[in-house]
Amino acid sequence: MKFFDRVPKIDFMAQRKTGLWVSSLLTIGVVLLLAFRGLNFGIDFTGGVLVEVSYPQTVELEDVRQRLAKAGYERNTVQFFGTSQDVLIRLPPAEETSSAKVSSNILEALGAAEQNIQLRRIDFVGPQVGEELTEKGALALIFAFIGIAAYIMFRFEWKFSVGAVAALIHDAMMTLGFLSVFWVEFDLTTLAAILALIGYSNNETVVIYDRVRENLIAQRRANIFEVVNLSINQTLLRSVITHLTTLLVLTALLLMGGSSVHSFAVALIFGVIVATYSSIYVSTGLAILLGISREDLLPPQDEAVDELP
Amino acid sequence: MRPYASWKYIALLIVTIFSALYAAPNLYGQDPAVQISLESGEALPDSFGERIATALQAPGITPTSSRREGTHWVVRFDSTDTQLKANDDIKRELGNRYVVALFQASKTPAWLASMGAKPMALGLDLRGGVHFLLEVDVDTVRKKAIENYVSELPATLRKEGIRYTGRRQNGDAVVLEFADEAKLDAARRFIAKEYRELALQNAPGQPLVLEARITDVEAKRIQDFAVQQNLITLRNRVNQLGVAEPVVQKQGANRILVQLPGVQDTTRVKELLGATATLEYRAVVQDADAGSAAATGIVPPGTELFYTREGHIPYLLNKDIIASGSQLVNAQPGIDQQSGTPMVSVTLDGQGAKRMFDFTSKNVGKPMAVLFRERQVVTTYNAKGEPMREHRDIDQIISVASIRGVFGKNFQTTGLGSKESQDLALQLKAGALAAPVDIVEERTVGPSLGADNIRQGFQAAALGLALVALFMIVYYRVFGIFAILALALNLLLLITGLSLLQATLTMPGIAGLVLTMGIAVDANVLIYERIREELRGGMSPAKAIEAGYDRAFLTIADANVTTLIAGIVLIAVGAGPVRGFAVVLALGIVASQFTAIVGSRALAHLVFGRRARMTDLPIW
Repeated sequence: MKFFDRVPKIDFMAQRKTGLWVSSLLTIGVVLLLAFRGLNFGIDFTGGVLVEVSYPQTVELEDVRQRLAKAGYERNTVQFFGTSQDVLIRLPPAEETSSAKVSSNILEALGAAEQNIQLRRIDFVGPQVGEELTEKGALALIFAFIGIAAYIMFRFEWKFSVGAVAALIHDAMMTLGFLSVFWVEFDLTTLAAILALIGYSNNETVVIYDRVRENLIAQRRANIFEVVNLSINQTLLRSVITHLTTLLVLTALLLMGGSSVHSFAVALIFGVIVATYSSIYVSTGLAILLGISREDLLPPQDEAVDELP
Repeated sequence: MRPYASWKYIALLIVTIFSALYAAPNLYGQDPAVQISLESGEALPDSFGERIATALQAPGITPTSSRREGTHWVVRFDSTDTQLKANDDIKRELGNRYVVALFQASKTPAWLASMGAKPMALGLDLRGGVHFLLEVDVDTVRKKAIENYVSELPATLRKEGIRYTGRRQNGDAVVLEFADEAKLDAARRFIAKEYRELALQNAPGQPLVLEARITDVEAKRIQDFAVQQNLITLRNRVNQLGVAEPVVQKQGANRILVQLPGVQDTTRVKELLGATATLEYRAVVQDADAGSAAATGIVPPGTELFYTREGHIPYLLNKDIIASGSQLVNAQPGIDQQSGTPMVSVTLDGQGAKRMFDFTSKNVGKPMAVLFRERQVVTTYNAKGEPMREHRDIDQIISVASIRGVFGKNFQTTGLGSKESQDLALQLKAGALAAPVDIVEERTVGPSLGADNIRQGFQAAALGLALVALFMIVYYRVFGIFAILALALNLLLLITGLSLLQATLTMPGIAGLVLTMGIAVDANVLIYERIREELRGGMSPAKAIEAGYDRAFLTIADANVTTLIAGIVLIAVGAGPVRGFAVVLALGIVASQFTAIVGSRALAHLVFGRRARMTDLPIW
């Protein structure tokens, strides 16, 4: 089976400036969105209490709310979770935050014993833990950027590094923007998804860069735009197929994986789509803007590539 | 086509067999079992099987097996009902010196287990259980240390004849005022010599005021000591809980992680974690016979009867407490300079030191005991065999030694073996008043949620694999089959890696596993697209296969290294579930570099390598 008969000849680079403009504006938009709307942080980051209980029969949410309010938890958020028998309760971080008695108190307030309520999950996170996590998460992102930039600099050239990292920041920002717009809960697993996306997105960029290098060296007469266009077209089919297989497994995860990996799957599905665009327009587009040339990539002895294992 | 080196086939075969062996334990499933170990952590003797047999004989339970595994004794049963019943019977028979825990024992055959093959470790979100993150309140400990110096420093100065005109506490400093500079200098010299853990400085603008602060080194020591005390105490208590495979670990500077798989009743756990323990130094009463007091139950007035922890020897102790755990500042095992034998060096605070000095001045040559007291929740059995939960005070003598001379703040307990001195130091620390702990994070996963997570995770993985396999075979035909075989080997290697490293598999880990499948086929997609490209360009099929694998190699390596960098950063910085995800991602990428290139290439060579006259490949 095949999608096209020969290598397509799409002139991607014709719109490279438009692409960069659109991406820059979108990134600024997301920064504003994050500043004013923010993310729907889960209790991993904010601290607080999350209780998931399962009732033997359907239950009125109002009843649950009142029971909690009576026990002194007025600022509760109660919602159904999947079915009308499963209830998710969230409480903001309490003033006397270190007390983990909260969890027992809630069960008591709900009358867990009499009503035969099954406890599915209790998470209690102190606010100090959440703060540290935010710091650590930001730190992880920065370290990942530095590591990837250094590797690309070592394998290619600094202009490629800048392009690659710009694409990574772009993809991470777009995904955060998406999570903010659709108010998807941002917890530890979602953070892991963003970091996995960074690895994945860079994968895309590297595949194109690699072809650009190969073609730059092999096709001495072509100008840089022709080389880049040819490289993107040559790798296009591979990109399409890889995204397809990745989207297939992510869809499987979204459909069958249950609630705990829901936001992980959603974030990655969106991120994979954005990564396709950014590997063409952001990373490669920016590298061209910075003026990559054949000389930048020529190996010292002009032969290597074809002899490599 | 160049022939593919035969050693590569052999290497591939060896890797496959090796990983199949080490992944195998995951297939065997688990037996309901009861795990028994000694509270002290020592190994159980082989003859212990007879006691188990006796315990199970009366109720007529026949275990499927009963044998020693490492330092534990594991008794397996054919159903959960017999397991639960046997657990109660064994507990009743053995009493409280043993830790008896319900346990899911892997059915891995002995020959595999003897090679070190183990099933993957499942995280709490997959098996259910409780997770606590406790924070040791270091500030309180430090404040207490300062308070001690505020009462102790002036007293020692007075004893030395150095007069001061005022003393007070100012934040984290002890402030002393003097009438003239000579006295201040004398005090400075004395404190610098006797209290090396204090840093001295003049109060700014007040030449006759001296400020003493705890040095950074000492502050760190106090903090570490407080955390370690708690760690030991918590470990002891968790052992009492009867939980198989508990985790009690230091995390960061002042946190302790406690994970108890399978436990649901957090109230009980919190009660136990919050139990209080202390130490008491007491005089041993010599003019009455402890043996007969123990036999008759008649205890002379003013004394109390206690037994030693090791050996259960009775002693009569005076009711008066010389020094208590809250006055213990440090306890370190070491070597006695004079005799060269192991000892424990103990440091008391000012108040404790004074009472100890007063007592030892009058009692040289007489024995003194250290009593460990703890209030716990203990499960006992009534006449009908029903378990009863009750608070119980545990009082055990952990050391008896005779007083060799007069001492106060610092003293040594000698005449110990090397392991004994280590143990005593640990026990002393555990009994000293530990810094208060706060629960900063608590996560409880019910067993039903754990089971749901496992089921959903594996369903998602199966569906993902099926979809990818279908797509690859439709799209790449025979080469699609190679890619899927390579992907299967990749999964096998990943499971082997996780089993060997005993990295904990969590729900995000399963998500990582599913994602890895999507990414791992990318390597083959790259290669196959290259082969197609070369075929289009007019290359012969054999040459196209060569070129496809050769040229794609570096691209795949570059792409994998960058993903690996993100994975390693996550392992280094991430905690808990994120780290589980990252380990899976990193392992999967490393495995795919091998399987997608060596594995699928070997297959391609095996099938197409000998066909001399091919005009096309079944890759379209």
